[in-house]
Amino acid sequence: MNRPFKFSLLIPVLLASATNAHAARIGELTDSSIVEQALRFFTFQDPTVRFALAGTILLGITCGLLGSFIVVRKMALVGDALSHAVLPGVAFGFLWNMSKDPVAIFIGATVAGLLGAAAVHLIRHTTRLKEDTALGLVLATFFAVGVCMLTMIQRLPTGNKSGIDKFLFGQAAAIGAGDLKLMAVITVLAILAVMLFYKEFLVTSFDSDFARSCGFATHVIHYGLMLLVAFAVVIALQAVGVVLVSSMLITPAAAAYLLTDRMHWMLFLSAIFGMLAGAFGAFFSFLGPGLPTGPFIVLGATTVFSIAFFLGPKHGVITRWFKQRSRSNRIQRENTLKSIYHVLENRSFVGESVSLRELAERRRETLEDARIQSKALARHGLATLHEDGNQIFLTPGGWQLACSIVRNHRLWELYLTNAADFAADHVHDDAEKIEHVLGDEVVRAIERRLKYANRDPHGKPIPSLEDVQRGAAPRARREDSVGYGSSI
Amino acid sequence: MDSKRTSEVLSVPTPQPPESAAEVPLEIHDLTVSYHKKPVLWGIDVVVPPGKLIGIVGPNGAGKSTLIKAAMGMLPVSSGWVKAFGKPVKESLTRIGYVPQRESVDWDFPVSVMDVVMMGRYGHLGLLRRPSRHDRQVVLECLDKVKMLPYANRQISNLSGGQQQRVFLARALAQESDLYFMDEPFAGVDAATEAAIVTLLHNLRDKGKTILVVHHDLPSARQYFDMLLLLNMRVVAFGETKTVFNYDLLQATYGGRLTILSEVADAVHARESGNGR
Repeated sequence: MNRPFKFSLLIPVLLASATNAHAARIGELTDSSIVEQALRFFTFQDPTVRFALAGTILLGITCGLLGSFIVVRKMALVGDALSHAVLPGVAFGFLWNMSKDPVAIFIGATVAGLLGAAAVHLIRHTTRLKEDTALGLVLATFFAVGVCMLTMIQRLPTGNKSGIDKFLFGQAAAIGAGDLKLMAVITVLAILAVMLFYKEFLVTSFDSDFARSCGFATHVIHYGLMLLVAFAVVIALQAVGVVLVSSMLITPAAAAYLLTDRMHWMLFLSAIFGMLAGAFGAFFSFLGPGLPTGPFIVLGATTVFSIAFFLGPKHGVITRWFKQRSRSNRIQRENTLKSIYHVLENRSFVGESVSLRELAERRRETLEDARIQSKALARHGLATLHEDGNQIFLTPGGWQLACSIVRNHRLWELYLTNAADFAADHVHDDAEKIEHVLGDEVVRAIERRLKYANRDPHGKPIPSLEDVQRGAAPRARREDSVGYGSSI
Repeated sequence: MDSKRTSEVLSVPTPQPPESAAEVPLEIHDLTVSYHKKPVLWGIDVVVPPGKLIGIVGPNGAGKSTLIKAAMGMLPVSSGWVKAFGKPVKESLTRIGYVPQRESVDWDFPVSVMDVVMMGRYGHLGLLRRPSRHDRQVVLECLDKVKMLPYANRQISNLSGGQQQRVFLARALAQESDLYFMDEPFAGVDAATEAAIVTLLHNLRDKGKTILVVHHDLPSARQYFDMLLLLNMRVVAFGETKTVFNYDLLQATYGGRLTILSEVADAVHARESGNGR
């Protein structure tokens, strides 16, 4: 468990060293000033820090909440298109009164976003082009127009142009009091909308046909959600920038999706992850002058996603790998126990122990492999090793497991030949796999079905339940004894 | 030749509407529906009597799913109208339950079985209202009726096809409707589930509910349904199963006798979308 966790921790460390290297190269920051900056950040003395942090946290919450619906509705590309489409609106908002007035930029960007959505709708419904193509077209065109306009604005002789270029990659430090108010309003709006219209969003996202049959205005809900997403994109522009804002919608929600199977938990986790990513980005961009915030926020979100991807309790890649490995180890132990049983059975259970050589011969493997296997049994308390590990004695627990595995194997073989009409020589390989997964319930059902038979198709005795429970070598049975033991 | 057969087909007696007009669960009048300007349903006239289990059968592309979606007002119609319980269908939606095709949703969606069935109650809840204790009770009862109660808290992706279908049925039951539309509820379902669903549908019918089921298996259609609606772009026949289920009518439904109609549909499509020569 430890190694992957360290690996995920490495990412922020690498990032930190990257900023360090960058700072050293431009000769503006030394190690001590990074510490100073970090101190300034964590003491919140600087109003810029407070604004930046509050802003990125607010947008993290908003984007996390709305992004969850984007992800489950499979509209990730829509978020991307919307974010690129707002850029010309930002430029128009700036041109309105030649300053970075948050309200003018907000209105301009929202209008541009809606125009982009309308263009996508128009292309889809009047041509045979599908949504992804329409999105790609609109995204690129609007973005191109926006970049042209921003370049023109940069060259204008008049007006306070400072910070307009920051809309491409984001600069949390540029967040002012006016921006923050707007962000707070939109965040409250998003939270309220998700809380009040949760059931509408849920049912239309899961099954829009059914929602319509219940009388829900699915189009109104869809465009309402799109409008909220447009708002979220616009408030996120300042901090994350046009190019990367869609990742704020998608990445925290995607991480949350990997960790939970319930929509309300996904919304909650996604909002938390968005917040964390926002704070992470604000912090790192603060460490050096002119460092863009957007990429750091995105990398913060990606770090969270990586943790979910590798270590998620249900769907995590490494978690699954560990589970798989422990399962295959268990199967290997069970197979070793079975081999020991077979060796003893061939000797009619004379003697208590099996030598390493006997085990190796039975399993057709080297002495060294047999030694590794017997040590694994000893580690799990299934066997004790004597004479330098050359003699293997099963413990009561070992006997129980050995008997039950052999019993599963033989019962399954018998079931396949008797009840499912398999030929006796066709059943062994199947039983080799099934013996490890049969639950007690199925075993009992098979026994009943087989009328408590006591010999497998090859004529070998099936260990009784009593043998399994005794935790010792099975006793010789009378020919007429049945599966639950000789006493019945 | 074609018109002669059509008149034969139309001579099958259609059921008379009951006296009280308000109690007619569904009345479809001259309904025509087009997809991308290509007509897929032509002049549908159906008056459905209450308390019947009705199968809608016809070949692929006959417009079966389109008919039930249009009947619920979910599709734009070129002409005609639909009334449910004597009112325009949009005003009667709370009395209508719907089981869409199982493949129409994403079964990886992060909701539990309970959450999905609860959606059946949403139509009865007002704006801003949350499900009450009573709604929860109804949902649990409906899950019990389809024997899915032990799975209430499972995520839906862990279900088999038959279990998914039963969840959809439970959701429809939770709607507590008087008229049900079901789109292929037997598709991809094991035999045990199919039998359980049939019993459930018969129970519903016996309580006076009206159920229209899109079905594609002819032999079982004959056993399951009280009435059959034979559909191939238009209503070939609608009546009691024993009257309608005969060689000539099925031949007319499935036998490709409608070539003229579909050719005209293609022609209309070509002209309207400007591709015609």
